Amino acid sequence: MAPSTEQLLEMDRQAWTIRLFEETLAQVYMEGKSPVFDIGSGTIPGEMHLSAGQEPVAVGTCAHLGQEDTVVGTHRAHHFAIAKGVDLKEMAAEIFGKETGLGKGKGGHMHLFDLKHKFSCSGIVGASFPVACGAALAAKKKGKDWVAVAFAGEGAANEGSFHESLNLAALWKLPVIFIIEDNSWAISVHKSKSTAIPYNSQRAAAYGIPGVRVEKNDFLSVYDAAGEAIARARRGEGPTLIEVKTYRYFGHFMGDAELYRPKDEVKNLKAADPIDQFEQTIIAKGLVSRAQLDKERETAVKAVDEAIEFARKSPYPKSEEALEHVFA
Amino acid sequence: MSNERELTMAKAIAEAISQEMERDERAFVMGEDVGVYGGIFGATQGLLSKFGPERIMDTPISETAFIGAATGAAAEGMRPIVELMFVDFFGVCMDQIYNHLAKNTYMSGGNLHLPVVLTTAIGGGYSDAAQHSQCLYSIFAHTPGLKIVVPSTAYDAKGLMIEAIRDDNPVMYFFHKGLMGLGWMRYPERSVNVVPEQSYTIPFGKADVKRPGTDITIVCLAMMVHYALDAAEKLSKEGIEAEVIDLRTLVPLDREAVITSIKKTHKLLVVDEDYLGFGLSGEIAAIAADEAFEYLDAPVKRLAVPNVPIPYSRPMEQFVIPSAEAIAEAARSLAR
Repeated sequence: MAPSTEQLLEMDRQAWTIRLFEETLAQVYMEGKSPVFDIGSGTIPGEMHLSAGQEPVAVGTCAHLGQEDTVVGTHRAHHFAIAKGVDLKEMAAEIFGKETGLGKGKGGHMHLFDLKHKFSCSGIVGASFPVACGAALAAKKKGKDWVAVAFAGEGAANEGSFHESLNLAALWKLPVIFIIEDNSWAISVHKSKSTAIPYNSQRAAAYGIPGVRVEKNDFLSVYDAAGEAIARARRGEGPTLIEVKTYRYFGHFMGDAELYRPKDEVKNLKAADPIDQFEQTIIAKGLVSRAQLDKERETAVKAVDEAIEFARKSPYPKSEEALEHVFA
Repeated sequence: MSNERELTMAKAIAEAISQEMERDERAFVMGEDVGVYGGIFGATQGLLSKFGPERIMDTPISETAFIGAATGAAAEGMRPIVELMFVDFFGVCMDQIYNHLAKNTYMSGGNLHLPVVLTTAIGGGYSDAAQHSQCLYSIFAHTPGLKIVVPSTAYDAKGLMIEAIRDDNPVMYFFHKGLMGLGWMRYPERSVNVVPEQSYTIPFGKADVKRPGTDITIVCLAMMVHYALDAAEKLSKEGIEAEVIDLRTLVPLDREAVITSIKKTHKLLVVDEDYLGFGLSGEIAAIAADEAFEYLDAPVKRLAVPNVPIPYSRPMEQFVIPSAEAIAEAARSLAR
């Protein structure tokens, strides 16, 4: 089913929220890191993996999910969190290492946990698959039509956890959807140098489940493919594997010199930016107006500004709080 | 002048690997981003252009497969050098390390030799949180069958790497990210030191007295060596002379160096960036109790990461990882 006007507008707002959040973080991240770049210094220290360019996968999928559905993300997870409805202020505060953050500053940007929106992620490649299987198993045991989505990069599909989880999910007919973000690069290693077959979607055949390849980094294409897979899972017909071609605009992490990819690669990708294309398409189809979309963008700008402001103003945790929360 | 050149630890490690690969055609490198990228922490910088992709092999993110493959290739007479990007990622390949690489020599009655060097990055202090900041060498030292190397300077790093590659046993080689001399991470100047161009080895099981002293012994390794030296300089101004012992290898462990120093200073502080419980600091304290009890004038003091995961936020992280100030304070209270 095609998305409603309300859904299209919400998708546009989410897309802009993600894009602006990531671009703002990229700027804030550099505060206190010049003239000498030290990864441990500045307003936001540590590794920073940004998802700008990869908005369609998160937004197109999460448009079909409710609060009761589970999403498990990766080390590059801000877009999934935003699309799943995680509070932007609490998320920003966590990224800033503040007391008011999702994990009281203990987790940081790769380790976001939001119980209310059933969202989590991990810094370990391939860790999302089994955890999503568990959420799906729980939904099944509870007799609910809830689903779980595991997102992962194309590099993660070469981990054992991917193959073990696909088999388990297929065997137990779990309501789980595995979505591979194929951004071509596992840090510096191109997919063609890491993966024995062209498309990870082909691997679904080994486990007797549907495998879908979405060739375009496009909101509506992802929306269609994810919609079908999620509906199938809700009907109790088991898992689906989807691979989406997508692009990351930033390096693997902030500070990545990106010597492994051609200098003009990102420039060329930006010429066909997915948010631009999405907006042009839905305006051309007469589904929304430019003015409506501009309003969504303004809302996103405001939300991002407020979140960053909230994070900046929030206090740091006390150092002794490090000793709390090892156990429940 | 070429004998007096200084290298970063990353460059010293890459040079050691390069020299051994020139000497021994059986040596080759496998790991994630070891090729064009030169290793995320620079340990294989420049090797791809020198040896080509047949010997410097970028791998898929399939640690069980390529670390297990190192065991298999070594059993066939090759000498693989294999990189696990962060030690924190051990979970995805632990069976191949713990139950195979470490044990196959023993289970074969000593018939099988596995000359594998498994390199990996350790250490925190830069807000990389609970899954990217651990040291964990004690976990690997705990299982019999793995030699454990943890250098603290470029000079030591090169000699220990060449020794590791020539060893006929599995060697885990832990390099601290904050000591590699990276352009994007602060490092102690002391970690960059004079490294001879010619090949040399440093034997395993030989601790290095990085600073002689008479009043207190500080046993440590990796980044904690530098923090202990900073602390020792401060303490010296207060009239306390600390002896700083860099263990350099955990397996084999230089028990004698620890005991000899205790006999001199009569006081022992163990500093570790790994977790406090069930680890290195407890092991060293046990050695002191077993073999130097009568020479101790005070209970052994241990300073390590309290038993919590490494928190992300700076104030909490800096609270749990021993600092130069915390080392000085612990040494002071012990020396009094």
